[in-house]
Amino acid sequence: MNYRVLPGLYATGAPGRNSHVFVTGNYKLSFDHLRRALNGIDAWMLVIDTRGINVWCAAGKGTFGTTELANRIRLHHLDQLVDHRRVILPQLGATGVAAHEVKKMTGFSVVYGPVKAADIRNFLEAGEKSDESMRRIAFPLTERLKLIPVDLFYGKYYLLIVPSVFLALSGFTPAGYSFDLALHSGWKTTVNLFAGYLSGCALTPALLPWIPFRSFSLKGLATGWLVAILLASAGMLGSGVGDLFPWFLILGGVSSFMAMNFTGSSTFTSLSGVQKEMKTALPVQISMVIVGLAGWILTRFVDL
Amino acid sequence: MTGFVYLTDVVTLQLDVEKCTGCRMCLMVCPHAVFEIENKRASIRNRDFCMECGACSKNCPEGAISVKSGVGCAAGILNGLIRGTEPTCDCDSGGGCC
Repeated sequence: MNYRVLPGLYATGAPGRNSHVFVTGNYKLSFDHLRRALNGIDAWMLVIDTRGINVWCAAGKGTFGTTELANRIRLHHLDQLVDHRRVILPQLGATGVAAHEVKKMTGFSVVYGPVKAADIRNFLEAGEKSDESMRRIAFPLTERLKLIPVDLFYGKYYLLIVPSVFLALSGFTPAGYSFDLALHSGWKTTVNLFAGYLSGCALTPALLPWIPFRSFSLKGLATGWLVAILLASAGMLGSGVGDLFPWFLILGGVSSFMAMNFTGSSTFTSLSGVQKEMKTALPVQISMVIVGLAGWILTRFVDL
Repeated sequence: MTGFVYLTDVVTLQLDVEKCTGCRMCLMVCPHAVFEIENKRASIRNRDFCMECGACSKNCPEGAISVKSGVGCAAGILNGLIRGTEPTCDCDSGGGCC
């Protein structure tokens, strides 16, 4: 699917020489948000080339940036189109754009609008000013839920391979291989694995503010073990230390890792913070999964 | 809702108050209300709210703010480790991420 809009100058309503100029990237959803927010307002829309990426990500990469904006202002002769010398940018574009440099290069002042296009009308009515709530990024449940599908497919084809291996191995007993066992109880391993995975990439994000701990890996570990306790009490993890102990390690490790990945979808984690968290969390997660896996396989072949 | 706080005492944000002229640009661009104006100059009110996006330092005409900015994203940091580069996300291929 193509989510690109042709970069260039667009109009909503019947803009004139004194109309506002709003800048956005050429990602279709960004463009549509702006267009919808400007419904009923006569304005110019300057769509700059962000290679089809949304404003926030493109600004982080610098494609929604000072040079591209300055070039577009010149390319479309904005100085001949309008009498004023102001362009309004989404606030989240500020990561890529240095307002004072754009001014130096083009004579146009950059005014940062609200984070959300939906607040543009209020912003204009307040005299081109955002109040504090319009400048802040929140991260409510609905938005966290929308981001869950991004991580659901993080595992790609491993989501098929790993459960299949577990299913096949679950037929082993110290007395030999039993297809009956693999067929009748092997499905439990698949349920357990997906429960651990979903605990990290769906349950933890959904419950984010209510789970104790600040680091995402600890949040994920807590959720993973909660899920493991529920599974154990439902008889899904088998009985005896040889089954329970490995499952707690695997479920905790997987859930913790997947929760840590959600830092990329969140709106408030810093690079320094995630690096600090990963330095201890990643080795622990890997060890948990490896030891858990080894323990679970050992239990198939040895009577404990 | 006042928002989330991530780990404390980790961010690299630095403000040189001597250079600040009180233009308020950092207050305008910060998505987490990290700055406030105190005695007509910027000061850091909520350091631990900072997500190191770099918008403030980029838009400070006086160069009074420094921060090592980048993606606060575990997958991006892993990508960087594997490829031997700075942390980077995969937005070019995916389109819908970060």
